[in-house]
Amino acid sequence: MSEDSTPSEQDSGAGRLVHPGERLGGHEGAEAGHGVRRIDGQMVAMRMGNLQENGQMVSIDPLSSRYVPRAGDLVIGLVEGMTNNIWFLDIGASFNAILPMSLAPWKVEFGAVREHLNVGEAVLCRVQEVDETQSAVATMKGMGLRKLKSGLVEQIPPHIIPQVIGKGGSMLQALKDLGDARLVVGQNGRVWIDGEQDGMRDIRSALKLIRDTAHLPGLRERIDALGE
Amino acid sequence: MGYGDYQCMDANGIREDGRKADEMRAVEIECGVIPVADGSAYIKWGKNEAIAAVYGPMEAHPRKIQRQDRAILDVRYNMAPFSTTDRIRPGFNRRSREISKVTKDALESVVDLELYPRSKIRVEIEIICAEAGTRCCGITAASVALADAGIPMSDMVVSVAAGKCNGVVLMDLNKPEDNYGEADLPMGILPMTDELVFLQMDGDLSMEEFKLCWDYNVKAAHDVHAIMVDALQRRYGGDV
Repeated sequence: MSEDSTPSEQDSGAGRLVHPGERLGGHEGAEAGHGVRRIDGQMVAMRMGNLQENGQMVSIDPLSSRYVPRAGDLVIGLVEGMTNNIWFLDIGASFNAILPMSLAPWKVEFGAVREHLNVGEAVLCRVQEVDETQSAVATMKGMGLRKLKSGLVEQIPPHIIPQVIGKGGSMLQALKDLGDARLVVGQNGRVWIDGEQDGMRDIRSALKLIRDTAHLPGLRERIDALGE
Repeated sequence: MGYGDYQCMDANGIREDGRKADEMRAVEIECGVIPVADGSAYIKWGKNEAIAAVYGPMEAHPRKIQRQDRAILDVRYNMAPFSTTDRIRPGFNRRSREISKVTKDALESVVDLELYPRSKIRVEIEIICAEAGTRCCGITAASVALADAGIPMSDMVVSVAAGKCNGVVLMDLNKPEDNYGEADLPMGILPMTDELVFLQMDGDLSMEEFKLCWDYNVKAAHDVHAIMVDALQRRYGGDV
């Protein structure tokens, strides 16, 4: 996925908007990447998005997507329920992730999970493992992983996360400066914002702008204009 | 007007609504009309109007309907009670169950279900105004909504229909032609390969008539496909 909104223009086809079923053509010997499949020797776009060519790899940057968990992802989960020893976290994927009490950062008594995390509360956690049927296990053991007690959680589509972070984290820094707030972007598209009311409001409107116009060039200029 | 009295064409070969035999009704498509859905599309096909919305992939409930190796499509075709001159009793009926089933089968042949095991993709099709050919309308709108939702598909299903009225093969029958006509042939076509993924035939056609209907449908499918692609591109501001 490209780091900013301007697609690389090294190849004529790159950045072109493609639709499902479109024959991409002219990619002999290339490898089919994300959103592309080789059918009867031809490269076929499998989803709506911008065509990307990276060396020998042809792929598509999707314009809409749902979060698919991967092991190691930093995500923000919302507690949806619990049993005596497990919490169920909504991480924005098709399925809830489980957080066993053994992977919580506290000493939890069997049956006392609700004392530490209750329904509706948000946690910063990491995906520990995902199996082939998309069942995920989350962990809160690790640096910086914690319960989120203040601030608010905003949702963005997962495919625009690279634009929210920007090249080398430049966009993220710009957003932090804009609202003078703390910001954590989860790989599942949830963004935790913590700061003063006005700052958080500014960041929310900036995120809305990114959400609406992430696929159009000149995103950075629009965000910078917000701060002026 | 009884069966057999209806004249679908005048002496110049022009149909009641001003079309020629091989001409289809005007089609307009717009994407993203339901902001809370993962993908959606509105289609206006002649006087037909429909909205399709796609939600998911999400966990399939109850668990017994889950497939361990792939997602399931949950397609629901419904006509609004006010969509026709005779009020339709709300809820599932024999006809909507049948159309939901054929739509599901048509879409299953293109959607990459293996990517989302144990999940469900919900496709809701609501007919707002009906004037013959709503199943084609629904399948086409559902394809656009699925593409808008970012669901991986090997092609977009385009559904069109041809038929026969007063012994003449006609493209895209309207309400009186469908009611008083002799045959109707809706088809689901993959425009990239001209493969057939859905076919129903109501009434009788000779082999020659069937072939002519097929040719009409394939040509129309390509025209509708161009409109579908245009709708998707407009949604995302054209070429970036």
